[in-house]
Amino acid sequence: MPEILELITTDAARLRSAPVEHHKITKHLWEQAAGDTARGMLTLLSLWATRGAVHMALMARPNAPDEHTRVGVVSLENRRKSFPSVGRLHPPAQRLERSITDLFGLSAEGATDARPWLDHGAWEIVNPLGKATARHTPQAAYEFLPVIGEGLHQVPVGPVHAGIIEPGHFRFTGQGETVVRLEERLGYTHKGTDSLMHGASIERGAKLAQRTSGDSSVAYGWAYAQAIEAALGHAAPKRAQSLRAIMAELERLANHLNDVGAICNDAAFAMMLAQCSILRERVMRAAHNVFGHRFMRDCIVPGGVSVDLNTDGRAALEALVNDIRLGFEPLVHLYDNNASILARTAGAGILRSDLAHSFGAGGYVGRASGRNFDTRRDLPYGPYAKLVFTVPTRSEGDVNARIWVRIEEIQQSLGLLSQLLKSLPDGDIFAPLPKPKEKREGLGLVEGFRGDVLVWVGLDARGHINRCHMRDPSWFQWPLLEAVIEDNIIADFPLCNKSFNCSYSGVDL
Amino acid sequence: MIFNLLVQGLQMMLVVAIAPLLVGVIHKMRARLLRKQGAPLLQPYRDLLRLMKKEVVLAHNASWLFRAVPYMVFAATWVAAALIPTFATGLQFSWSADLIAIVALLGSARFFMALAGMDVGTSFGGIGSSREMMIAALAEPAMMLTVFSLALLAGSTQLSTVTHYLAGSNVGLRVSLGMALVALVIVALAENARIPVDNPSTHLELTMVHEAMVLEYSGRHLAMIELASALKLVLYLSLIVSLFIPFGVAGPGDTIAAHLLAVVYYLIKMLGGALALATFEVSIAKMRVFRIPDLLGAALMLSLLGTLLLFVSRSL
Repeated sequence: MPEILELITTDAARLRSAPVEHHKITKHLWEQAAGDTARGMLTLLSLWATRGAVHMALMARPNAPDEHTRVGVVSLENRRKSFPSVGRLHPPAQRLERSITDLFGLSAEGATDARPWLDHGAWEIVNPLGKATARHTPQAAYEFLPVIGEGLHQVPVGPVHAGIIEPGHFRFTGQGETVVRLEERLGYTHKGTDSLMHGASIERGAKLAQRTSGDSSVAYGWAYAQAIEAALGHAAPKRAQSLRAIMAELERLANHLNDVGAICNDAAFAMMLAQCSILRERVMRAAHNVFGHRFMRDCIVPGGVSVDLNTDGRAALEALVNDIRLGFEPLVHLYDNNASILARTAGAGILRSDLAHSFGAGGYVGRASGRNFDTRRDLPYGPYAKLVFTVPTRSEGDVNARIWVRIEEIQQSLGLLSQLLKSLPDGDIFAPLPKPKEKREGLGLVEGFRGDVLVWVGLDARGHINRCHMRDPSWFQWPLLEAVIEDNIIADFPLCNKSFNCSYSGVDL
Repeated sequence: MIFNLLVQGLQMMLVVAIAPLLVGVIHKMRARLLRKQGAPLLQPYRDLLRLMKKEVVLAHNASWLFRAVPYMVFAATWVAAALIPTFATGLQFSWSADLIAIVALLGSARFFMALAGMDVGTSFGGIGSSREMMIAALAEPAMMLTVFSLALLAGSTQLSTVTHYLAGSNVGLRVSLGMALVALVIVALAENARIPVDNPSTHLELTMVHEAMVLEYSGRHLAMIELASALKLVLYLSLIVSLFIPFGVAGPGDTIAAHLLAVVYYLIKMLGGALALATFEVSIAKMRVFRIPDLLGAALMLSLLGTLLLFVSRSL
């Protein structure tokens, strides 16, 4: 009987160029895989279902300097309507499992939490991706986890908030100002993306993917294109790859600039937001002028990109990089020398390193707590293998650390943009996709500004999407926010929340 | 007598009339410092007018108290503001109530506001009320001690007498006065829900103090509360300028021309105060809720020290 580790063999080069093999495994091995993720030998990248099977994407980090990071997909066919729970052993899988139950009607055997997640009882059908039967009985009221103790009181917040933000419900149980437990209730922006993907053409799928989480359009577009290209064994032209990287770094730049300002604004330090917003707006306008869309939506298409960069555009972006570099330096100084804002951010909302590792928290959330992982470096794609950059990490895990990771990533992105603009290869920007002759599957993994965005695509023989699973980095960050706010004070929640800046739309699908 | 009554009437009307403008000036200045255009200076008046025209939405379980509190708060704040010698010390009502009465009036307003915050029973109202009372428990004693040190110096708790005394040339620079000023500024920031204690422009329900208490109010009720808040800001700013920059204040026997000149001086002083407040607010972040007692504790200690120093210097 093979060890589960022996099945996780796909290295970066193979992942980016060939269809992903999924290993059909036994129930016993499935449980072993769940145990290995819980013990930290493997990182759970995602968990999803197709008709008739459940799949797990796993990652093994290198143990020796000459080894590389490897990924793999293992699948368990389920003839009955259930599969052994992964969340029972490895909590990060719980919400993914509950979503599978809602969408497919497959139940997780032995799951500790069997409440619905995406299905709020408002859909006219139940299990839309499974049997899809009409709803006959209304769903029972959602029960929040019980909190027992003296002098406790509940504070329900949302889903409608006072500010213009995405909807989500937060149930605080507090003792005075101290938070004893926070429980999140998400799913209010459910759009049925998974159902819409079923049977869609590759082009339509690209549009849907880029509308999953608006601020990560490029990351989603690229991850989806990667999955499609890998499934078809097709490579996008070199110039297209570099252009994609330019877009991805612009997106990271805009979002990080916005976040740094917005976090400070939640501590009523409005100056930072005002100044950062100016810089962000310059990035957005440059994106609009050069690529035709502020969020660069639909600029990435499977097979390449849809807009080329001309000489003027190149000069404009070079000017932008200089502009931001000059404009951002004083802001870092402003932040680092203001005792009143540092008093709020330093030591607030500490995320323990072991939790960050166990949840495989991507992006600044993981890196601020010592999880040294970046898809661009560890599973390189596109032009990143040839570029020089460092992955900033911190060990404190507080709001301040998450701000600093962002600040350093902004600086790295500026460096990457300079390199990309200088070494932009000539050639085509699009290579037409070949027609698949049989069923194909591909996996894409891209570093968005929040962390690693995973897209898994199953194509049918006609080249239509049979199933597309997109896993936003926030799946593994939202639960950590609950852990971070425990024993903290309720008034510090907005600050901690903004420093995570998780996507609602990305996880509500 | 008649003249004093007229001056008193003018003073009462003036503080209400300029209260929204003061808020407008602070907003404009703040926006400009943040490199934004900012709303027009007269926007707060428009907002009040708009709120007055809107219907009032009440919770089903709101009691009579909830409906009465906005007017009570406004009335108490207005009476307190009427007692401040903004531009003239010869105010008719000034002799009937002193600084302690002002503190008591504001204290009652806050008490009813906190009750109203809890009346409907939403969690945010309760959070706001409890935070407000925590702040008040420290701000009020600091305020009282400041009053005492001023009273010791001037020999009276009558605000007009104190201002008259401080405006005189024989005061000089006193350590106690400096301490009282710092303490009063901190108390004023806390009482008016300004940064670093509270953020008047936040939309984050969980961090609010004053705004959380009034979250359930709408229409004319909200207008009354907004106007009372603006009035309170005028009150504290006037208190600070009348005590610590008392030049140009008209005395009881002065002519009409002197009184009009005093109004101009007063308006200039208020403008200066508003600009200083806006500048201070953009350069600092809000404090952690549990650090606020440290700040107010500092105010309390400063005012206590000021009072003690006066006692010591007297006995020597």
